[in-house]
Amino acid sequence: MSLHLLSLTELAAGLRRGDFSAVEVSRAFLDRVERLDGNVNAFLSTDPDHTLAQAAEADRRLAAGEPGALLGVPLAIKDIISTEHFPTTCGSHMLADYRAPRPATVMERLDQAGALVLGKTNTDEFAMGSSTENSAFGPTRNPWDATRVPGGSSGGSAAAVAARFAPAALGTDTGGSVRQPASFCGVPGIKPTYGRISRSGVVAFASSLDQVGVFGRTSRDCAAVLTALCGHDRRDATSSDLPVPDFAASLTGQISDLRIGVPHEYFIAGIEPDVEAAVRAAVARLGDLGGQLGEATLPHTEYALPAYYIIAEAEASANLARYDGIRYGYHEEAPADSESDLSPMWEAYCRTRGHGFGAEVKRRIMLGTYVLSAGYYDAYYLKAQKVRTLIRQDFDRAFEQYDVLVCPTAPATAFRLGEKTADPLQMYLADVLTIAPSLAGLPAMSVPCGLAEGLPVGLQIIGRPYDEATVLRVADALERTGDWHLRLPLP
Amino acid sequence: MPLTPEQVRHIGHLARLALTEEEVLAYTGQVSEILEYAQILSRLDTDSIPPTASVIPQRGVMRDDVVEPSLSQEEALANAPHASDGYFVVDAILEGE
Repeated sequence: MSLHLLSLTELAAGLRRGDFSAVEVSRAFLDRVERLDGNVNAFLSTDPDHTLAQAAEADRRLAAGEPGALLGVPLAIKDIISTEHFPTTCGSHMLADYRAPRPATVMERLDQAGALVLGKTNTDEFAMGSSTENSAFGPTRNPWDATRVPGGSSGGSAAAVAARFAPAALGTDTGGSVRQPASFCGVPGIKPTYGRISRSGVVAFASSLDQVGVFGRTSRDCAAVLTALCGHDRRDATSSDLPVPDFAASLTGQISDLRIGVPHEYFIAGIEPDVEAAVRAAVARLGDLGGQLGEATLPHTEYALPAYYIIAEAEASANLARYDGIRYGYHEEAPADSESDLSPMWEAYCRTRGHGFGAEVKRRIMLGTYVLSAGYYDAYYLKAQKVRTLIRQDFDRAFEQYDVLVCPTAPATAFRLGEKTADPLQMYLADVLTIAPSLAGLPAMSVPCGLAEGLPVGLQIIGRPYDEATVLRVADALERTGDWHLRLPLP
Repeated sequence: MPLTPEQVRHIGHLARLALTEEEVLAYTGQVSEILEYAQILSRLDTDSIPPTASVIPQRGVMRDDVVEPSLSQEEALANAPHASDGYFVVDAILEGE
């Protein structure tokens, strides 16, 4: 049996029935990683002996009939999430040797559900990027076309699921870092409402925006993992104490009760015609299923990207101040013969940070430091926060009329490696359609909806706060109309 | 308003980033370009709009003031580049002696 072709939901059920063992499942995925990841570079670390030992323990628990919705199922984890037994590098030289002193809350939740860890996946350094090319450990390649990027920043996790190296994976999404790579790699990926999932132990980029998200083989897989992860955590004061439904129970295939808005501002100038055609066709299929389609308007859409890059970089410059080379991470001393007029300690800070961080991270720290500096705060940071309010109000109004909004996840399919690295602003524009829901804290998902010249296209589904259930219901209904999410990029 | 290399050096100083002259020139152009792009925000009249710092409603989150287990000294120092006798090692910041 080709275990790697089964969805997480099928694997969990098969393990429970005893159709195959957890050791067999983990071995199947680890063998595949061993054989094929040299061309993809989805994983930064694996530990087969550890994973197989955990799988053997899961088999004992399965035999004993112990509970656990994900018992014995292995997942890939973005390397920005603190994990036991594995390094947590954040794709940075700064943390190349870092071992988190305790696991993130999401890892404890996965453990409680019985899930195993296959390995840690590649990411743009500190999740700052849209292509995974900013990783200090080399780029990940798109399994659909090795000359193209997988998207980012959770490109390793998206590629791992697309290549069938893992049935599901965790990523993080600050401005689109789950949805955009999901679109580029042809897999479903969901970012829940800000606050749904604890951020404790998730290395911080922009704290008012960061959320953990899930990639799965199917929307049902995403629902199953999301159910295990969501819920209040006393270690994250922003985590929501609202009840968490069993998200998979909402996947009825019925969407005729839903009013589905199509925001015309998201079909921007410059969108690839094939991408637009695939998205329009998917929207029409939702109409065929009985969804009540209508045109929506989000008038401040064009202001989301500049507002985001001010807010996110301001928060990043503050969060990344912690990397001082003293308590953990890369450290560089001031040279004994230094001619600098800085004190040795100050010079050590500057050298540690100047050489430990990569170019994009430094660029963002510079931008963030500038917009927060005396004399510029009101013009940039405060202004961006006010525009954030306008963007939230756009969505509030749209959701008076509609239950979900649907649009492209990205204006184009996966671009070529190196195509945008020389021009930061062009790279930022790759996230232009995922940013606004992030600023509003909304749940949003990308689901495969077609191919354009052989490359995957994603439909973005945006929901009301805490209404992941409806977002997933629409995604699942769309999956039932086609097999885009089951197409295989690799043999 | 584009940045000058002098401003970029100053920001690098504030952010404790050692930058090469090459980096200073690159960031002068790139950060200026991003800031210029952000100027479209000034088209919006936001005088009467309150800022959004977080999408979560503001609330105080309290817990009982009781001592709980935390990282041991050994765990806290495990990732330190230089540790000695249970302390982080840093460069001297005072002159003399």
